[in-house]
Amino acid sequence: MTKQMLKGNIAIAEAAIRAGVEAYFGYPITPQTELLEHMSKRMIELKRVFLQAESEVAAINMVYGAACTGVRVMTSSSSPGFSLMQEGLSYIAGSELPCVVVDVMRGGPGLGNILPSQGDYFQITRSAGHGDYHPIVLAPASVQEAIDLTVLAFELADKYRHIVIVAADGLIGQMMEPAELPPMQAVATERPSWALTGAKDREPNAIASFYLKAEEEEAFNQKIQTTLQKIQKTEQRSTEFYTDDCEILVVGYGTAGRIALSAVQTARDNGMKVGLFRPLTLWPFPEKRLSELADVVGACLVVEMNAGQMVEDVRLATGGQIPVSFYGRMGGVIPMPDEILHEIETHCRQLKNCEGIVTLSERAK
Amino acid sequence: MTTIALNETSTLVYQRPHSLATCNTNYCPGCTHGIAHRLLAEAIDELGLQERTILVAPVGCSVFAYKYFQMDGCEAAHGRAPAMATGIKRVQPEKMVVTYQGDGDLASIGMAEIVHAAARGENITTIFVNNAIYGMTGGQMAPTSLPGQKTTSSPFGRDTQMTGYPVRMSELLSTLDGATYIVRRSLHDIANIRKAKKAILTALKVQMNGMGFSMVELLSSCPTNWGLEPSEALHWIEKNMIPAFPLGDYKVHEEVKSL
Ligand SMILES: Cc1ncc(C[n+]2csc(CCOP(=O)(O)OP(=O)(O)O)c2C)c(N)n1
Ligand code: SF4
Ligand SMILES: [Mg+2]
Repeated sequence: MTKQMLKGNIAIAEAAIRAGVEAYFGYPITPQTELLEHMSKRMIELKRVFLQAESEVAAINMVYGAACTGVRVMTSSSSPGFSLMQEGLSYIAGSELPCVVVDVMRGGPGLGNILPSQGDYFQITRSAGHGDYHPIVLAPASVQEAIDLTVLAFELADKYRHIVIVAADGLIGQMMEPAELPPMQAVATERPSWALTGAKDREPNAIASFYLKAEEEEAFNQKIQTTLQKIQKTEQRSTEFYTDDCEILVVGYGTAGRIALSAVQTARDNGMKVGLFRPLTLWPFPEKRLSELADVVGACLVVEMNAGQMVEDVRLATGGQIPVSFYGRMGGVIPMPDEILHEIETHCRQLKNCEGIVTLSERAK
Repeated sequence: MTTIALNETSTLVYQRPHSLATCNTNYCPGCTHGIAHRLLAEAIDELGLQERTILVAPVGCSVFAYKYFQMDGCEAAHGRAPAMATGIKRVQPEKMVVTYQGDGDLASIGMAEIVHAAARGENITTIFVNNAIYGMTGGQMAPTSLPGQKTTSSPFGRDTQMTGYPVRMSELLSTLDGATYIVRRSLHDIANIRKAKKAILTALKVQMNGMGFSMVELLSSCPTNWGLEPSEALHWIEKNMIPAFPLGDYKVHEEVKSL
């Protein structure tokens, strides 16, 4: 395979097709629509299922139905549409079904706008619906990563019988850059034993999330929690840059993380000991690695395209060991590298003046 | 299922349909949900569809329908059964997919899903149990409640000035080109129950032949929330519901007549 110029939304769609997605249901919404449009052509060409639903509510419930049959299934949307999917997602989680949902986030609240944002962090990572669960959330920072994480999303969904969300933003969805697509996988022909395929030569299968007795509902919740704990233990993923000797750690995911890297590189050129930690899984949050880094850095700067959401997870992971500050832009505004650089410089000055920040060398003493 | 051996002089005239599970149901005494279940199960048995039918249960008193039938089944979110059924059917067009829905489920919260499933000509069958009330939640007003009907959320009787008029789903859906077979029947007496069974058989045959969307609306009783004896409730269907929801064939596509 060779690299080709690909738009993020189309790359995600094509990656899903090559990962063997058998059914796609969706509803148009900018900045995600090219994904649906690509599916409308390719899925039909490949004689797979594509259907434009009457709403995101219907789309996610179609996903729920298709997931009951044991096939790889996905939908995609952007923030307001994702909000509408929450009830359906909760039923899917409550029925332990695998599926992939792509959220190409945009500015909000309300109708907001169609510009890139990371404002859905809370609604995606906390539960993405009522009840106690977290979906697995993957956050790409480039078109290539969007492709790779989409393929991974299907693998994790099947592995854990769980929802996996690819949390991109309008920038990742809309930009074009060179990337390589994976080879075409054959669609699975076997169906899992729990799938609704008609009760022929076996007892009927039932898929539901309904327990009248509190004890039964609690036992089921414990089962989900066990799965989630396993995911938390084994699936934390992150990437990092210049962290060997850094005193200030910038933390950002997706587009914000990518822009922060430019700022970190310039800061390095200017002799500042700065590094970048970029979570690839937003849930499970890569707290293990981050808390290790918190042992050796002096301060943390979190950069997001929202009012400060992941910053809470950073504070939890760093457990009050180091000061954690935040820089964010909202409403579809993309932070520029020099804005982030300015924040880094402020931190460096504070570090030098020891204004409430204990430096690495001091802590070593 | 327990099978009782017949001796030479006896003939089996009545037994539980194979497609009905042997468990007890949660339905109140005298509720006609049970009759609707039995008719659907008999029709599935007669057409030999048990091993390839997937039932989509609603949220409502029939929320456990996926347990009451001896076949694959699932539990949809309130009102979303037609969307869920669409997902199942599109992936497995060779399977039979049936939704079973109440009037709150289908005509209120799930209005968009049923209309679009019908408009798409989705090749599924819907059993629509209209009892003019929200049974499961304790008898609140439904979009199908009759003018003047007292419910726990219309304690002075349904005021049409304030809450409008009953929605007639069969008539409404029959205007859609995608709908192939839409009829309304009643479960209030034996003659009508027989007609209902025949309609369910036809609806399933429509799906078996890939002809598109089919729905059988069944006027059904809710003695508990209507505050009536079971027999009075059946009379109430005849006296009050049928005038508001006339029985009949609202859409029978030309090719259905040859079935
Ligand atoms: C999203 C959502 N809203 C409300 C409810 C509460 N609820 C459960 S059943 C029901 C009404 C069911 O009435 P109907 O569909 O007429 O069925 P019946 O019980 O009369 O057979 C309602 C409102 C719910 N479970 N989910
Ligand atoms: S509440 Fe009404 S609809 Fe529900 S089971 Fe009882 S009688 Fe039937
Ligand atoms: Mg009802």
